[in-house]
Amino acid sequence: MSFLQAEKLSLSYDTVSIIELLDLQTPSGEITALIGPNGCGKSTLLRGLARLLKPQHGSVLLNGHAIHTVSTKQLAKELGILPQAPVAPEGITVRELVAQGRYPHQDWFQQWSNADEDALQKALTLTNLSSLSNRIVDTLSGGQRQRAWIAMALAQETDILLLDEPTTYLDLAHQLEVLDLLVQLNAEGKTIVMVLHDLNHAAHYANHLVALSAGKIVAQGKPEEVITEVIVKNVFHVECQIVKHPMTGLPLCLPTKRIYK
Amino acid sequence: MKSTSSPWFMVQTQKFSMRIDKRIPLVLGLILLISFIILVLHVGVGEYNISPVDVLNTLLGREVGDKNYHFVVMELRLPRAIVAWLVGAALGASGAIVQGLTRNPLASPDLTGVTAGASAAAVLLIIFMPEVPKEWLPLAAFAGGILVAIILYMFAWRSGSASAGDSPIRLILVGIGLSSVLGAFVSFALTFGDLWYVQSAMMWLSGSVYASDWGDIQSILPWILICLPLAFLTARDLNALNLGEDVAQGLGLQITIRRGFLLLLSVALAAVTVTVAGIIGFVGLIAPHLSRRLVGSLHEGLIPASAFVGGFVVIFSDLLGRTIMAPTEIPAGIITSIVGVPFFLYLLWKREQV
Repeated sequence: MSFLQAEKLSLSYDTVSIIELLDLQTPSGEITALIGPNGCGKSTLLRGLARLLKPQHGSVLLNGHAIHTVSTKQLAKELGILPQAPVAPEGITVRELVAQGRYPHQDWFQQWSNADEDALQKALTLTNLSSLSNRIVDTLSGGQRQRAWIAMALAQETDILLLDEPTTYLDLAHQLEVLDLLVQLNAEGKTIVMVLHDLNHAAHYANHLVALSAGKIVAQGKPEEVITEVIVKNVFHVECQIVKHPMTGLPLCLPTKRIYK
Repeated sequence: MKSTSSPWFMVQTQKFSMRIDKRIPLVLGLILLISFIILVLHVGVGEYNISPVDVLNTLLGREVGDKNYHFVVMELRLPRAIVAWLVGAALGASGAIVQGLTRNPLASPDLTGVTAGASAAAVLLIIFMPEVPKEWLPLAAFAGGILVAIILYMFAWRSGSASAGDSPIRLILVGIGLSSVLGAFVSFALTFGDLWYVQSAMMWLSGSVYASDWGDIQSILPWILICLPLAFLTARDLNALNLGEDVAQGLGLQITIRRGFLLLLSVALAAVTVTVAGIIGFVGLIAPHLSRRLVGSLHEGLIPASAFVGGFVVIFSDLLGRTIMAPTEIPAGIITSIVGVPFFLYLLWKREQV
């Protein structure tokens, strides 16, 4: 089981430092959600974990090895990343999109093996897209489209999957459709780390939460340890009441008012 | 070979495996057939008309009544037809690569100024360094194209953000600007150069395959035979790049290296056409668009299809150019522009609608 962690990680865009000396361990085999207000650095952290952003200092370790010492192709077999709101090329079909996930398993002359075909079929089945596989991605609903992108990342056959706000731009039903899929994938053994905006979704769909504020980790742990009135107030500057969800017993955040500094 | 219910068939041997869309062989075969018919007509018409049957017989090496046929077909007209097709093929493939590379449906080697750079470099060589042998022309053109590509990269294409990338219009604007500057440069060279060399450069700039011979085929064919298969094998890199930089990197693509390699291929393909036909515009824009309709948007299909469609477009344009106002010849590049400009405007207009 793969294990992803950050050690004294500093990330910046040009000269603007976003994250400084951050230590993070993502529990393997679980769903971790990174939460925090806009601009707190959660997407930046995810990009850093996925080696899309080079660290200024420190390193990201996968199974104890710094990821920048591993070839990007080798890394792509162990770690998948789905950025926020990716755009599919015009006219591409679901099957063609998902097939791109096999990239790291191919080379110049071995471009489509039986293993590639099997992984493609498996990814389509898992995401329930087999019957839509010949449809053009642009013609799908938002939820189906996001499932197609997730299928692409699944075809990559990595132990770890990183997702940046996988539910952006989706309506509630489609948000749940995507989150349910992620829970199912996690149950089948995939470690998931994602950025989520909605605290209640984070509490219900992740087993480990990491709350960030101004590039620092403010709290992390189980949902009931992180979703508290004090932490929400500190991180989001919002006053709220936390109640237990009547059916799941998980914390529900009911915001009451914004606090102006 | 193994077939499934999928729209692909798979080629799998020990050394090589690939999936190929079932439409591709059909489309390629069809275009090749149409191109061949055009070629037979192309070789037949002219001041000295030869019937298609006689053309076929001559091509097949059979005896025909008129002994002059062999010379007219094999030495005068066939090389020109073949050069037209090869030039179109190189431009079409180059356009498919550039459009994939920049994720920009408006990009093409001529609209980005790459062919202008190639031709400026070649003109400079012809006019100011006439002692340099003609074999160096493709290399000079290639260098000119690369220089423009580097400038483009620095000013228009360096993606500031990680998202969809720069505005497609900006790339074209910078490209058109570069083309005018280079055009002015060429005019300057033509004005002040030695008349003898200027004339040879002028003929060469006209965007025409007029008076092409087997030597021209010899000088461009190796480039095409090397670059096209390489482009075909690296099509999967273009497919990945088309998903956006972040996704491509997440898939394990070494972005800078692969991009640079593909850019080299596309510049080489475009530059080499300039050395035999001058600037033939819009083929690199039109061919990939038509091909996308025919074989979809994955580049292992798009690159060969764009090459074949490009070949067809130029050989057909040259046929039209030779016949519609005969005996006056209209350069193929003018025909492609007459068709290409409205097409470009249509693409612009369509973008505005979205």
